[in-house]
Amino acid sequence: MATVTYDKASRVYPGQEKPAVDSLDLQIEDGEFLVLVGPSGCGKSTSLRMLAGLEEVDAGAIRIGDRDVTHMPPKDRDIAMVFQNYALYPHMTVAANMGFALKISGTPKAEIQRRVMDAAKLLDLVEYLDRKPKALSGGQRQRVAMGRAIVREPQVFLMDEPLSNLDAKLRVSTRTQIASLQRRLGITTVYVTHDQIEAMTMGDRVCVLKDGILQQVDTPLNLYDTPANVFVAGFIGSPAMNIATFDLADGRAKLGEANVEVPTSVLSAVSNEGSNTLTVGFRPESLIPSSAEDEGGIPVTVDVVEELGSDAFIYGHPTGPKAAEATDRMRSDTIIARVEPRMAPAKGEKVVFKVKGGESHFFSTKTGERISY
Amino acid sequence: MELRILASPREQQALLDLPWDMPLEEWPEWYLVALPRGISRHVVRFTRLGGRVYALKEVVQSFADREYRLLRDLDRLDVPAVKAVGVISGREAPDGEPLDSILVTRHLQFSLPYRALFARMMRRETVDRLIDALVVLIARLHLLGFYWGDCSLSNTLFRRDAGAFAAYLVDAETGDLHEALSTGQREHDIEIARVNIAGEMMDLAAAGYLDDTVDPIAVSDQVFERYHTLWDELTGWEAFDVNDRWRIARRVERLNELGFDVAELDIITDIGGRTVRVQPKVVDPGHHSRRLLRLTGIDAQENQARRLLNDLDAYAAETDQQGEDEEIVANSWVLDCFEPVMRAIPREFRGKLEAPEIYHEVLEHRWYLSEQAGHDVGLKETTQDYVDNVLRHKPDELAILGGTSEDPEQTQPFRIPWDELG
Repeated sequence: MATVTYDKASRVYPGQEKPAVDSLDLQIEDGEFLVLVGPSGCGKSTSLRMLAGLEEVDAGAIRIGDRDVTHMPPKDRDIAMVFQNYALYPHMTVAANMGFALKISGTPKAEIQRRVMDAAKLLDLVEYLDRKPKALSGGQRQRVAMGRAIVREPQVFLMDEPLSNLDAKLRVSTRTQIASLQRRLGITTVYVTHDQIEAMTMGDRVCVLKDGILQQVDTPLNLYDTPANVFVAGFIGSPAMNIATFDLADGRAKLGEANVEVPTSVLSAVSNEGSNTLTVGFRPESLIPSSAEDEGGIPVTVDVVEELGSDAFIYGHPTGPKAAEATDRMRSDTIIARVEPRMAPAKGEKVVFKVKGGESHFFSTKTGERISY
Repeated sequence: MELRILASPREQQALLDLPWDMPLEEWPEWYLVALPRGISRHVVRFTRLGGRVYALKEVVQSFADREYRLLRDLDRLDVPAVKAVGVISGREAPDGEPLDSILVTRHLQFSLPYRALFARMMRRETVDRLIDALVVLIARLHLLGFYWGDCSLSNTLFRRDAGAFAAYLVDAETGDLHEALSTGQREHDIEIARVNIAGEMMDLAAAGYLDDTVDPIAVSDQVFERYHTLWDELTGWEAFDVNDRWRIARRVERLNELGFDVAELDIITDIGGRTVRVQPKVVDPGHHSRRLLRLTGIDAQENQARRLLNDLDAYAAETDQQGEDEEIVANSWVLDCFEPVMRAIPREFRGKLEAPEIYHEVLEHRWYLSEQAGHDVGLKETTQDYVDNVLRHKPDELAILGGTSEDPEQTQPFRIPWDELG
């Protein structure tokens, strides 16, 4: 087991000017489950393949523990790429199925037996070691397949979108199983996905990438609560955060008829950069219907009501004479709000929302960076 | 959702008649070719339409579309691989439940899964030939920038090639086409192949299908060594003294021997002008088969083509036409030798082997007969004897889809989906 360090690691594909991965600095702790996530083309798979030795590292270094593996052949790196599926061989026993790859690499027989036994204990397969795969249940067979990777006792497991060929329903049940197995094994794992929900549910920490550049790396909750920039704010969370660019006037942020409170520290940060606009974000659950005595608010006409029983969401658009002006400042055409289930307003109704105290997110319109307050 | 059939118009028509609103697993038998199949992580079935056999694989749409595109790309690049016919998407059961897409590929005629080759005990030399064929395929793919990701004997089909084999890629699901492959990608691909092949060989040994002289680990090491030798020959720099320039021609000859044409060579001379360094830049496989096709219109595998071209040379010498225009001699060879042999093969035996393979075997047979007789036996007589005593007893290889008729779960390596984890 070991830590993994990306030290300003870059990859530039031949014939391209922009790096696919640009000076990635990332420290992955021993035993940690780290997820690389981002939209397609963000560099997540390239980053993983650089660690695996499948992509050259054009600048910087990659270390596993204290070993610099930057230019080491894949097979010497002590990593295991975990496949979406492994072949099981019907005429070989469970023990042979798990251990045969060690035989190829010349591991002594006693050592193979020890590792197979250790893996079998972890995977609850001890009593099946002498059986053929046919005699096992589906779940046991899958564990034998996992055993093939485990007996190698690698320092790091690498997984590249292992669930992408499953339908949505199966993905949900399987991701928990992989995550819990990883926790039992305690082997440092780097996992790539484009699906932010998968990332949030599986990772100890999640590393968000865009255009080859690391945007933020943190625990799922911290990413959700304090996104470092507009991109992370919009990418993490489902339904997505509502984000729009507001004008600053009289110490408040205004857009069309909408009007929200801005802390003074944020106002001064914006004026320091010589700007008079501010990007504001609020999550669907941070919106609550405002009462008449509240100042300002966000007037919304309800277009669609999604009543899920435990939750209810409304999808609407800004209301008022200046609504059209508002929509082209918004990241998405709709405003999403979570409301009390079974009490959701009806379609067509007009509701004025306000943002719960301390739950607004502010970003510099110029740089997209978060402005703390 | 609408049912969408992405395929050529001719095949689209035929495909329309299949029961796309049923999960592939539940298709009634009359739609299927009742031949054994390997257990794949996906449901795979074979069907016959308009005299052709097609393989159907049920898989999520993004995977079906991706593999379809990759196989089409490989086809354009002239890689020996199964041909993708189409993708059926937007499938729905009558109750409205959505069904996964289906990738349709055309079954490769006269191809043999390795399990079928091993069904009769396999000798050391045969194993070597299989491995050689697979290594040539991997090197071809790597030259084109294709990373296979799951190279194995199960993901390959073999066609006979003048006593040896030619390998075809069957499953591109894990593949990726790049501008060029890094050393790491090639190394990793070969490592995967090595482990898969060792596992497949050990499984054959455990089942009693492998001769004692074959050591699975030695075979898998051989994959590694042969690949590196071939790759170095195909791409490596070679340095020699400026007076030894003949070695440039020798390098090209060696590559031709291996079945590759050299389209471009990079030659660098040192500043002193004493040393020349040479590296092949563009090599194209199929040297002999292209030449045979050009001369005779016969489409053959590389070794078959080499064999037929040798016979053509011998024919030119025997008939004293060595000075003649190559095309003219080739034309009379087809009329005097190749076609008479083919015509002498009874129609019902033509599904046993491909035409160039039959011609190769007739030439082999002629050598044995002549040796026994102590004089040269004619082509006509040989052909008759070959049909009666050899070809008649061979199995039909036009469409063999699986190894044996036993339960595939007991005979084939099989794959477990992630969703069975638990």
